[in-house]
Amino acid sequence: MTVLTDLRSEAAGRFATLGWPTPRVEEWRYTNLAPLQKIQWRVDDSRQSGESSASLAGQAALELVFVNGRHIAGENQYRGESEVHIADWERNALVALNAANQQDGARIEIPAGTVVDGFIHLLFIGRGDGIWSHPRNTIVVGKNAQVAIVETYVGTGTYFTNSVTEIVADESAVVDHYKIECESRDAFHIGSVFIRQERASNVTSRNIALGGALARTETHVALAGEGASITLDGLFVGAGSQHLDSRTVIDHLEPHCESFELYKGVLDDNARGVFDGKIIVRPDAQKTVSRQVNRNLLLSETAIVDSKPTLEIHNDDVKCNHGSTIGQIEQEPLFYLRSRGIGEEEARNLLVYAFASELVDRMKIEPVREQIRRALFQTLPQRMPERRGEAR
Amino acid sequence: MLEIKNLHAGIDGKEILKGLTLTINPGEVHAIMGPNGSGKSTLANVLAGRPRYVATSGEVLYEGKNLLELPPEERAREGVFLAMQYPVEIPGVNNIYFLKAALNAVRKHRGEEELDAMEFLQLAREKMKVVELDEAFMNRGVNEGFSGGEKKRNEIFQMAVLDPKLAILDETDSGLDIDALRIVAQGVNALRSEHHAVLVITHYQRLLRYLVPDFVHVLANGRIVKSGGKELAEELEQKGYDWIEEEVA
Repeated sequence: MTVLTDLRSEAAGRFATLGWPTPRVEEWRYTNLAPLQKIQWRVDDSRQSGESSASLAGQAALELVFVNGRHIAGENQYRGESEVHIADWERNALVALNAANQQDGARIEIPAGTVVDGFIHLLFIGRGDGIWSHPRNTIVVGKNAQVAIVETYVGTGTYFTNSVTEIVADESAVVDHYKIECESRDAFHIGSVFIRQERASNVTSRNIALGGALARTETHVALAGEGASITLDGLFVGAGSQHLDSRTVIDHLEPHCESFELYKGVLDDNARGVFDGKIIVRPDAQKTVSRQVNRNLLLSETAIVDSKPTLEIHNDDVKCNHGSTIGQIEQEPLFYLRSRGIGEEEARNLLVYAFASELVDRMKIEPVREQIRRALFQTLPQRMPERRGEAR
Repeated sequence: MLEIKNLHAGIDGKEILKGLTLTINPGEVHAIMGPNGSGKSTLANVLAGRPRYVATSGEVLYEGKNLLELPPEERAREGVFLAMQYPVEIPGVNNIYFLKAALNAVRKHRGEEELDAMEFLQLAREKMKVVELDEAFMNRGVNEGFSGGEKKRNEIFQMAVLDPKLAILDETDSGLDIDALRIVAQGVNALRSEHHAVLVITHYQRLLRYLVPDFVHVLANGRIVKSGGKELAEELEQKGYDWIEEEVA
């Protein structure tokens, strides 16, 4: 207990020193947290129930439910005690803030050689105004172990979620990670994901951002063992005045590692999206293969996207390419659909969905895929035919 | 069914059709032939309402309605179908879903009941046989990864499902081998009836061997310069287009 208390006060001190990040800092150039600082946040002391339509209980191998940062349901049979410190709060103020106010979170450890059937669902529900929560998740996946983990963030009200998730993939571990941000349209969300991969491990981390007034997800990946492979899939769909920010850093530290990144953004109305993706290839990381793509679709004249792919390469023996595009709905496919009798609005929605579906179709967990499809239909500007997949 | 009167139209301010007049009655198959650049595809695109193609003067009446003021989807729902020269690939939009949505939009417009998934699949399977298209294609994205011939057959398949009153084929035959050509003709012939009309736009006479037209028109420099029966197509095939251009000049 005292260790934790010490850690908390140390982190609190660090946050006091760092302060809230401002757009003057390069990593926060496009995202201003000023609106978030105007609110006097408090921790929710009540114990609320965890009813939510986002629950995947019955479909998930294990579901842990948290309300306003408090664990309220689910018996964690994979509970582990390993100490993991890969979330860097020395330099990252929001991680320090999380550590200073740390609440419940999932501590999961998959023993070496264990393959978890199905998937583990971590459901975080935010409720009420002026409440903040600081969940801290630690996921340790042992040698040759395999697991799929889904974090879902939902809620109602003007609350603030500041989550930190640490994932360690040991040698040859296989991890399929989902972070689905469907927060209330009035909520703030900062999610920091830190991934460390050992030799020949294979991790996919999917970042879906649909909700929140202001939401940002940072994904930091350290490829720390030879032959490790990371896939980062991202999809952000914003409308109204939503601000959705995705920042990724992939650090190639060892030889023969590969990273594949595809982020897509769809912005309507006055929404703003940010993709800031950095790939670092260290001097020792020979034979690195890295591909990074960011594609964005703007549906209105006032929507904005800032796309900033960055490569930082410190050796010659690499295969890296990256690119970014920003476009509108293409006229040819739109005309094609309309020429067959489909109305303009529906045709547009179909094309938006088609743009996003590449990432949805790649998801391996059917109930999650379905949930994202439903959420996307709700997000699209007009009514979509509800059961799109029925004729498949 | 379709009355085109002195139509002037073009793209990006460039006039391509320069006073085209043509009448098509129910039950008729018309072929429009002409050299490259004569305005064949412009005619097809103007009739279907493709953006950027603008009619500057003249009139197009379809079943008595002013076709040119309808948006493309309304034209389709009224029974006009364009089999495109270059069908676009739309990854992520499922073929079968797309076609079901299209058919139901058309049916709704006609005051018919929408088909459910089972009814639609049954219809689709039946029509797929006519164009000899494999069912596996149906679960792919619209035209995604289709060969040129498969795309054209998919156009004819869509036409068969939507059952338009006026089908316009814009160089559907170009780039097809003889088998694909036969299949396309088979699909169009299956649609022929006293209520349906077909406008075949082509550069070559090949397709017209399988899909015998009632009338053949020659388009040159944005106008129909000669009309005749099916024998005119053969004449063009033998002599090329030069003699017509000379005759007209």
